[in-house]
Amino acid sequence: MNLKNFRFETDADGIALATWDSPGRSMNVITPEVMDELGRIIDKVAGDETIKGCVITSGKEAFSGGADLTMLQGLGAEYKRLVKAKGEEEAMRFFFEESRKLSLLYRRLETCGKPFAAAIHGVCLGGAFELALACHFRVLSDVDATRVGLPEIKVGLFPGAGGTQRVARLMQTGDALQMLFKGEQIRPLMAKNMGLVHAVASRDRIVETAKEWIRGGGKGIAPWDVQGFKLPSNKVYSPAGMQIWPPANAIYRRETHDNYPAAKAILQAVYEGLQLPMDRALTVESRYFAKILRSKEAAAMIRTLFVSMQELNKGARRPADVPPSKLRKVGVVGAGFMGAGIAYVTALAGMDVVLVDQTLEAAEKGKAYSHKLVSDQIMKGRAKTADRDALLARIRATADYADLKDCDLVIEAVFEDPKVKAEVIAKVEAVIRPRAIFASNTSTLPISGLAQSSARPKQFVGIHFFSPVEKMMLVEVIEGKKTGDRALAVALDYVRAIKKTPIVVNDARGFYANRCVMAYVREGHLMLMEGVPPAMVENVARQAGMPVGPLSLNDEVALDLALKILKATKAQVGPEAIDPAQEKLLVAMVEKEGRLGRKNRKGFYDYPENGPKRLWPGLAALQERKLDPDAIDVEELKQRFLVAQALEAARTVEEKVITDPREADVGSILGFGFAPFTGGTLSYIDGMGAAAFVELAKKLAKKHGDRFKPNRLLNRMARDGSTFYDAVARVAAAEAKKAA
Amino acid sequence: MPDAYIFDHVRTPRGRGKPDGALHEVTSLQLATHALRALRDRNGLDTKLVDDVVLGCVDPVGEAGGDIARAAALNADYGHHVPGVQINRFCASGLDAVNFAAAQIMAGQHDMVVGGGVESMSRVGIGASGGAWPVEPEIAIKSYFMPQGVSADLIATKYGFSRDDVDAYAVESQKRAANAWEKGYFRNSVVPVKDVNGITLLDRDEHMRPSTDMQSLGQLKASFVQIGEMGGFDAVAMEAHPEIESINHVHHAGNSSGIVDGASAVLLGSRRAGRAAGLKPRGRIRAFANIGSEPALMLTGPVDVTEKVLKRAGMTVKDIDLFEINEAFASVVLRYHQAFDLDPDRVNVNGGAIAMGHPLGATGAMILGTVLDELERTGKQTALVTLCIGAGMGTATIIERV
Repeated sequence: MNLKNFRFETDADGIALATWDSPGRSMNVITPEVMDELGRIIDKVAGDETIKGCVITSGKEAFSGGADLTMLQGLGAEYKRLVKAKGEEEAMRFFFEESRKLSLLYRRLETCGKPFAAAIHGVCLGGAFELALACHFRVLSDVDATRVGLPEIKVGLFPGAGGTQRVARLMQTGDALQMLFKGEQIRPLMAKNMGLVHAVASRDRIVETAKEWIRGGGKGIAPWDVQGFKLPSNKVYSPAGMQIWPPANAIYRRETHDNYPAAKAILQAVYEGLQLPMDRALTVESRYFAKILRSKEAAAMIRTLFVSMQELNKGARRPADVPPSKLRKVGVVGAGFMGAGIAYVTALAGMDVVLVDQTLEAAEKGKAYSHKLVSDQIMKGRAKTADRDALLARIRATADYADLKDCDLVIEAVFEDPKVKAEVIAKVEAVIRPRAIFASNTSTLPISGLAQSSARPKQFVGIHFFSPVEKMMLVEVIEGKKTGDRALAVALDYVRAIKKTPIVVNDARGFYANRCVMAYVREGHLMLMEGVPPAMVENVARQAGMPVGPLSLNDEVALDLALKILKATKAQVGPEAIDPAQEKLLVAMVEKEGRLGRKNRKGFYDYPENGPKRLWPGLAALQERKLDPDAIDVEELKQRFLVAQALEAARTVEEKVITDPREADVGSILGFGFAPFTGGTLSYIDGMGAAAFVELAKKLAKKHGDRFKPNRLLNRMARDGSTFYDAVARVAAAEAKKAA
Repeated sequence: MPDAYIFDHVRTPRGRGKPDGALHEVTSLQLATHALRALRDRNGLDTKLVDDVVLGCVDPVGEAGGDIARAAALNADYGHHVPGVQINRFCASGLDAVNFAAAQIMAGQHDMVVGGGVESMSRVGIGASGGAWPVEPEIAIKSYFMPQGVSADLIATKYGFSRDDVDAYAVESQKRAANAWEKGYFRNSVVPVKDVNGITLLDRDEHMRPSTDMQSLGQLKASFVQIGEMGGFDAVAMEAHPEIESINHVHHAGNSSGIVDGASAVLLGSRRAGRAAGLKPRGRIRAFANIGSEPALMLTGPVDVTEKVLKRAGMTVKDIDLFEINEAFASVVLRYHQAFDLDPDRVNVNGGAIAMGHPLGATGAMILGTVLDELERTGKQTALVTLCIGAGMGTATIIERV
């Protein structure tokens, strides 16, 4: 056989070994060529009487990450062409047949008559794990890096190559649904306990274990193809089924607010599939897969959470001509909550950390936070005591600025006060080497202003972390007016090293993420003052797709901080820049009621010692009027939450704070959890089209105020029908042309 | 258009719907047969005149499956020419059976029809017939499916009924039912169920607990806390009614309808058919209606359908002397009071399903009979009968004495 992606050899016992090792790639990926070759392997094994069975393994450090998602995008383009050429139904028929090819291929493997076994080392995810599930036997290496799973749901898809049907036939329905909903990567022993794989062996024994299974008479027939197969949870319509399905449907709504069609498709595909024989079940799964593949949610999520995120992580915005920086030692000044978190993630990434505070005691306290975080990981079995010792050994707590002298990068995370920051800048610059980069972690103070205190503004950059640092995956890298390319490159290299996703933003009050967040919180405040019941403000925000209600979020950030920012804006920009209703609310809460948020256990919520937080009953008295909840247009409330943020994002584009829509989108989902199913703030606008968005914004402006007025950029886009991503594509095309 | 008249009605006593209940050994067929025979015998009815038997049954599977109405008509010796049809609109099936019977008569296509219902909840089991609504994801999600108890708790939360409110209502239901039994208000309609030897198995509603008081109810834990929280249904409730911060679970076995076994039958016909059979009309079907209501609240259909049926009949709430609303859960009745600002002394004056039980498919025809008896006893004129229904529906019938 002439194969490019597999090595194929048959041993003396007649057991074939197909070793997947696609040339020129670090990771095996399912492509049309791979599918074609796998088909030929199946034919060969099935047709050659001397071959008893076949083991599939990988020649790389990992098994495979699954299918090439861009392959699926190509299918969409052909579908659109066919709609015009042959009409909707014909185009759909083509799309359906094409999108189910992988599923049919795996079914062919499963029913070819010869036993197939998968010997898996490293990650085996998505379509690749679906291949393994179609094999009659699966063995995993016991190495820590080995993981199996079906993560499709995370990009708005679902396992469409038999995954939903096979998983639901391997384990209890409730467990299967949970696995498919979560899309987690599963460790070897857990996978075996769940019944996903048959065996776990040492890395050098996996192929042999698979071969032994075939030699020992392993049959080439799946359990569900054996007469008399019983479903793990009995029939759907059975007393057991009545215990499973109604809560599963309810939990779907609780977890997704019915915003994720892929998750609903999983439910429906499993429900229907379990009532059908395997071949028909797979057909039904394919029907839903074709439908979900065309959904705007999947398109938006694939673009933002897969393609764009990967590009940003690979340094899409990094100045290309700066050589990669090797960061060995990083200084962190200020060992408060932010500084302590920064020290932890830096040490976790293997860098040495010098953690400075005014006293040694304060610095040690910051270091103790790392001790606590690793200890939590140890408790969960995700780290060992030795890891903690090694990590803590990399952090040096000190009160002496001179200890920063050989740092490659110093990040300050001191109190948000220009004077304090200026002092720190001077102290640090006095000791660090000329080429070292100074970064300020500020959330409110413009970088260019801070850089005025710097003697070396070219080496001065902003690195804005989100709280809590160890959990939040986004970092805003801020270019001041004088920030040089090398400073930017070092900052991006650092963010990469700590495995977070950077977006590069230009210097302006609030940068990007916090501006959107403030618009979100303000909308919640204003709804409250309009007379919307407080619980409705919170619940509808979550229904709109936000992870936390605006009142909860404000409680976390602190109400006095919100009032302080409001007052500062009023003083600096003028009274028309703020909303008097919001000011009235915050003044009443902070100054009259002394309610500051979670920090004093009194905010929009009460935080009792025992038991969950509850909305403060006194809020009702702050509302001058109360709307009848049944008369409130909930859809409009949802729109207000998302539109307010999207408008702010569009303003940052017009103001050139954001220069790349990928950064706005990725940043909005990672930074503040903007409704992921939309693909992010700008994809939300692109998704409905600028014209429709502008119309909606105008309608809201008329009803609720000028804050909803679309800016010039949006009005122009509405007129010429362009999208944010068009602009990117045009620039890319123009640059390509120039280069040629 | 001919009027549909009510000539008579009977019901079995309601047996506790458990293996130790008095009617547990009586099959669904026998329960229905019993009601049909009683209706015939006490009226000396010539069943040759009966055009159809319409019976409600909510879990028509197993022994109750395959058109129990036809089986019961045959078994009751109505004659092979009397057909039967079983219908299902969940909890209103019995009342809908009466309405369907009336509709056939009013349409002039049939002259005499029996409407009623049967449910042996102890033998067949609630939910035994399955169905897509709670199970198939698309509709379950779309319709905000939740167990009825969670919907009842949602109603209590949304409309502000406390645990004390619902418990107090339950105590009152028990008192009223006990009083009605004691004074013999049900004597005319309840036909004892006897075994094959003529030995009485049950002659009184078995579910009642007349000694119930606030203290005894206070001992009971709310039934739907766990399913609401763990099963995700509280979240579904709040998704549909987002002004609610958390669900106040107030319902339990003591303030919800009892699970019981029973059957009922109502004889309806045109005036002419009645005359031919030598029967005197006791009442007339004035109007009836069905409606779909908000499915998450699920059990507020009686409010919507009452508005609809009153409008159709050209009447107002003031024109109704007595209301009979099925006591599926206390909050359902309290919401009904609240929506129409009703004087509780006009509603369920002889208690209801909280005290006596709710044999799903049979209840509608039972409470129609109960309120007709009460109109006669008190010399009043009009009554409105209504039930809340799964999946968010309401059925109502207005009757008047003639």
